[in-house]
Amino acid sequence: MMEEQEQAHQLSYRFLALILGGLLALTGVTVAVSYVDWGFLNVPISLFVASSKATLVLLFFMHIKYEGMAIKVSFISTVLFLAIMISFTFWDVAFR
Amino acid sequence: MERAVDKTGIKIGMWIFLYSEIILFGGLFVLYAVYFHNFPGDFAVAGEELNRLFGTLNTVVLLVSSFTVAASITAVQRRRTGQAVGLLLFSLGCGLVFLINKYFEWGAKFEHGLYPNSDRLFEADPGFAIFFGLYYTITGLHGLHVIIGMVLLTVSLVMVLRGRVDHQRYALLENSGLYWHLVDLIWIYVFPLFYLVL
Amino acid sequence: MTTHPESGGTPAAVPSFFEASSPPGQTGIKAWLLTHDHKRLALMYLWAVFFWLVLALLLGLALRVELMFIGETIMPAEIYNTVFTLHGVIMIFLFVIPAIPAIFGNFFLPIQIGADDVFFPRLNLFSWYLYMIGGAFAIVSLFTGDGFADTGWTFYVPFSVTTETNVSLTVTAAFILGMSSLLTGLNFVTTVHRMRVKNMGWMQVPLFTWSLYATAWVQILATPVVSITLVLVVLERFLNIGLFDPDRGGDPLLYQHLFWMYSHPAVYIMILPGMGVISEIIPVFSRKAIFGYKGIVVSSLAIAIAGSLVWAHHMYTSGMSDVSVFVFSLLTFIVAIPSAIKVFSWVSTMYKGSILMTPPLLLALIFIYLFSVGGLTGLVLGAAGTDIHVHDTQFVVAHFHFTMFGGTGFAFFAALHFWWPKMFGVMYHFGRAYLGASLAAIGFIFHYVPMFILGMQGMPRRYYDYLPQFETGNFLAGFGGFLLVFGIMLMFVNLWMSLIDRWRQPAEADPWGGTTLEWAVPSPPPVHNFLQEPRVLDYPYDFSEVLARAAAKDKKD
Repeated sequence: MMEEQEQAHQLSYRFLALILGGLLALTGVTVAVSYVDWGFLNVPISLFVASSKATLVLLFFMHIKYEGMAIKVSFISTVLFLAIMISFTFWDVAFR
Repeated sequence: MERAVDKTGIKIGMWIFLYSEIILFGGLFVLYAVYFHNFPGDFAVAGEELNRLFGTLNTVVLLVSSFTVAASITAVQRRRTGQAVGLLLFSLGCGLVFLINKYFEWGAKFEHGLYPNSDRLFEADPGFAIFFGLYYTITGLHGLHVIIGMVLLTVSLVMVLRGRVDHQRYALLENSGLYWHLVDLIWIYVFPLFYLVL
Repeated sequence: MTTHPESGGTPAAVPSFFEASSPPGQTGIKAWLLTHDHKRLALMYLWAVFFWLVLALLLGLALRVELMFIGETIMPAEIYNTVFTLHGVIMIFLFVIPAIPAIFGNFFLPIQIGADDVFFPRLNLFSWYLYMIGGAFAIVSLFTGDGFADTGWTFYVPFSVTTETNVSLTVTAAFILGMSSLLTGLNFVTTVHRMRVKNMGWMQVPLFTWSLYATAWVQILATPVVSITLVLVVLERFLNIGLFDPDRGGDPLLYQHLFWMYSHPAVYIMILPGMGVISEIIPVFSRKAIFGYKGIVVSSLAIAIAGSLVWAHHMYTSGMSDVSVFVFSLLTFIVAIPSAIKVFSWVSTMYKGSILMTPPLLLALIFIYLFSVGGLTGLVLGAAGTDIHVHDTQFVVAHFHFTMFGGTGFAFFAALHFWWPKMFGVMYHFGRAYLGASLAAIGFIFHYVPMFILGMQGMPRRYYDYLPQFETGNFLAGFGGFLLVFGIMLMFVNLWMSLIDRWRQPAEADPWGGTTLEWAVPSPPPVHNFLQEPRVLDYPYDFSEVLARAAAKDKKD
């Protein structure tokens, strides 16, 4: 085995609640900014906020921060693969 | 040859399964990206039809339920079975609220003649119809995942009550939790893409 | 220090996995249908795959017989469309994708890394059931509704959405089979990460296992794309959403993008395990450490990654943007590099080796030859300019059969002959195996080379009828087809005969002189694989002991 069985990681209620607070605040932010027209920045802004929220969920609710390399690396690979799927399609769609 | 339960291995297996779910939705996001690129104007008009309040409410519901699921694992680790049961029941309630919300939201759309293959969508601008096609496909598939997640949480709940999930063996609860967070994660992206950016 | 058991025979006290069940206590048919034992599951896959392979081979032969003469020969045009779809769906989803991972991967991956089973044995059983259910759906869709799909295995829209035939059930079958393959991949990755025997580092993992590991990642990340695409086809058929309907703003090309996002990587799901098999066989019969172990490992991973970036090279003539054609053509050439690295490594391994000719080695050599032809003609198709001339012609048919059949198919036969003694504890007749392999190879060449020429001359694929100038080529191809099928059947019959008591020849634990862990356990292996803690070589292809043993034996004689 590569890594020894690590000690189970425990997160306190208070810490989890803090994360929830952050998530709710970000939701507020993204709803609030959606009432303003930022032009072509609309999509990047809301996706940036969504990604921040996703990061919080992943790191703490889903414990990625406390996992071994196998999960971290493979998760990033998955996201990269998804990014390739979307972006490479645009080699076609954007230039047609 | 008996071998000890390898919790890390079980978690790796679960994560790999989650990757496949992410990519499953990824295929639909490819479609979304392309059609949004093709019909930004139509998408903006169609997006107006969606109710931000419903969307925001559902976002909050899912976020809170994610928190309670995460907290239930802490409760189990601390051997507080009662708290864990309460938190899981609350999460299930959130899931139910989400679905009921969705039901009313879809119902309202149906009343406005906005459903796949409806006359209104047939006559609408192409991007408008595509938007709702995607809306129903993505939220429908997501709703299905909410239901599956609730089933998994229910199973975990029963196992907690039966004492089969305790402070030493909680891989089942942890994995059901991961699945539930994934459902939340996908919603985090669905919400702005359909309700906000347009 | 424990050594390889040289005597071969198992101490009578240790029953093989045929005699002992896992979990213990099951008997009769239950011991198979409810088993958690990866070896029994592998054999269950083996029989199912045999069934599908033979069926699809005969269907393929029927297609070529139909094409041997102008006009209707043995079937009408509608049946012809259904038969080539059925041939494609069975071959892709029920044979080429699952064959090597599900049979030999299940059997040997755990043993090669010194484990007693896969990480999720019950999930493994579940995958087998999904495989069987998927197959059953395919059969049911033949006889219900308006018959099996006539779309070709690619299910391109808009035809797949509008045709009357039973596409919904057919794609459901493909969806379920995809799940099965995905879960197998999940199991393999977890097994390789968590169950390697102590002190086996990543660079001591045998190459077959490495190739399965790379394959598994492609299965995990690519399969869901086709799942969702097939779901969309079903949704379109029932709800008529219009996501791919150009009249309503949809883009049919997006279907092709999504489909090939899976199906191109799937080509590497099909070929990588085959390459892994060859990487095991070549060093064993060359008695020489494989040339460039790390190169092969890295190229497996590189193929897995680069193979995911080239999907649109199936679409040069579909109306994509020129930029896209350029980019994907360029990327396609990059994939050729890791494949070439492997071919050069295999050939270099044999150079100055002490080569021992056996049926598995002969089949491996046939693989290298046929795969190289397939790979090089792939470059003709990968180059946008030449592709426009031969796109959707018989040239394409010949090309992918050279890689999928000449490659994966022959790697499958090679694996069968290489591991058969280990799986069943019996040795087969060499003469018939040589004869069958040679006939199959000769038949193969006669079957597919005419198609290259037909394609260059402009005969389209999937056509029921053709102009008189194509008659000679089609007749020759049909003739080669008979030879090919006959050779394959001879190999199978030969293997089957080895199991019958009258001709039974017990096999030693290590009949070939292999170095990986599966050769250190009895043939057939006991239920928990290892009788004692397996000993990991510092380098998995170190033949010094095998050579020393052989020298000692020579001296004694």
